[in-house]
Amino acid sequence: MAKKLMKGCEAIGEAAIQSGCRLFFGYPITPQNEIPEYMSARMPQVGGVFVQAESEVAASNMLYGAAGAGRRCFTSSSSPGISLMQEAISYLAGAELPVVIVNIMRAGPGLGGILPSQSDYLQATKGGGHGDYRVLVLAPSTVQEAADLTMEAFDLADKYRNPVMILGDGLIGQMMEPVEFKRRIEPEDLPEKPWATTGNVGRAPNIVNSLYLRAEDLEQHNLALGAKYRAMEAEVRHETYRTDDDPEVLIVAYGTVARIARTSIDNLREKGLKVGLFRPVTLFPYPAAALAATAARAKHVLVAELSMGQMVEDVRAIVAGRVPVDFFGRCGGMVMTAEELAEQAEKLVSVPA
Amino acid sequence: MHNELILAGFGGQGVLLIGKLLAYAGMKAGLEVTWMPAYGPEMRGGTCNCTVVLSDRQVGSPVTNRPHGAIVLNLQSIDKFEPLVRPGGILVVNTSLINRPAVRTDIVVVPVAANQIALEAGSAKAANMVALGAFLGASGVVSPDLVRDVLAETFAGRQKIVQLNQVCLSKGYEIGQAFVPALAGR
Repeated sequence: MAKKLMKGCEAIGEAAIQSGCRLFFGYPITPQNEIPEYMSARMPQVGGVFVQAESEVAASNMLYGAAGAGRRCFTSSSSPGISLMQEAISYLAGAELPVVIVNIMRAGPGLGGILPSQSDYLQATKGGGHGDYRVLVLAPSTVQEAADLTMEAFDLADKYRNPVMILGDGLIGQMMEPVEFKRRIEPEDLPEKPWATTGNVGRAPNIVNSLYLRAEDLEQHNLALGAKYRAMEAEVRHETYRTDDDPEVLIVAYGTVARIARTSIDNLREKGLKVGLFRPVTLFPYPAAALAATAARAKHVLVAELSMGQMVEDVRAIVAGRVPVDFFGRCGGMVMTAEELAEQAEKLVSVPA
Repeated sequence: MHNELILAGFGGQGVLLIGKLLAYAGMKAGLEVTWMPAYGPEMRGGTCNCTVVLSDRQVGSPVTNRPHGAIVLNLQSIDKFEPLVRPGGILVVNTSLINRPAVRTDIVVVPVAANQIALEAGSAKAANMVALGAFLGASGVVSPDLVRDVLAETFAGRQKIVQLNQVCLSKGYEIGQAFVPALAGR
């Protein structure tokens, strides 16, 4: 397939279709409306189902039903809508249901604003709803990566029987870049899900539930989930940029900020300053070992986010005081410029470790 | 080759469209491209802009506050973006709707009566194409032939529209080309 110029939101929608997903449930909210808009046009063309639910609460519970019946399905929303879905996400994790949830983050708290933000990092990576659970979180930095990771998200959701979240921001959702779809899976080519509630003709009933009234049973369930989340560490991935020569300052950033950081780094390198980038692609599980190793070769770490400082908590825990960790953030929908970020990094170059 | 460009005007003047055409033409030229609309709580008749980055390497930031060039189609846009253009950069000014001259002397200003020229060619709606042509003429970032191809593909089956837009692109291109020596002097 030739490369097409597409918005991040549209690329995510098309990637879902190319992954054999034929069920979309959602409720409109800026800045991700291009996803439901795209799905409303495309789903009928491929014999799929597009449902504009009465609310995010309803949409997320429709996911529970569809995933319980063994079908690939997804929803998308933006920060306040994702908050409304947290109850269902906890149930989905508890019942071990594979779904894909897209969060194109906007600034908060509350209704906040519609402009880009990364202020849902903690909600996405630490559970978000009640109970001990995690969802796999993937953070694309380009439109192509948004498409690729969406396709992988469906596979990972099925592999671990767990919700997978694509965590983007308004910029990646609205931006157009060339994209190609590298594979196409038809729904009928997907493997059977023997645990799904598909009607128990000729077999024992399957039960999809998150209720365990006996403490002994629930503890076993929690232990099994914990083991699963540890097993997910096999999926960690990251990218580094210009870190081969032991940079003085290592910028740690994900998503859109990571690409702004690339521009900052190119400009600083032209001035002869040794600055590099560590970009986590999976936010849960976090590429902790790789970050620790990369940071150990730097003199300073600078975490840059469109938030008041969320991922920086994880970075500080991973770096564990071996290297000083500074933070630079913009919030409220303000996006840092490459110059601003470069200035912050440059300041650290002159600070002795 | 790395160019960060801002295209700005009223909603409805087609700045998002010429941004997309430019991005597609960049793709055809084998460049890395991004197109980023400014989005916010906009209203009908309000201002509108997009950022296009064309580069021979992976594009970092898709937004910029130091563009190499800008096309401004209305007064609010020149007020907002003229100060941001990098020294030595190009500013295409739609003199049909902007009644003040540009004040910068360290950039190449390309004045073009885009609405008038487009109206004479058949429709003022194609003013955006005149301005894009002028920018391509002065900057040479991508060949106008590639934009002509993209126009033919984008509006396939609507020959009149394709023709009008291609004519307007060429008229703007000729005007822009006159500014190449000024750029070479920098």
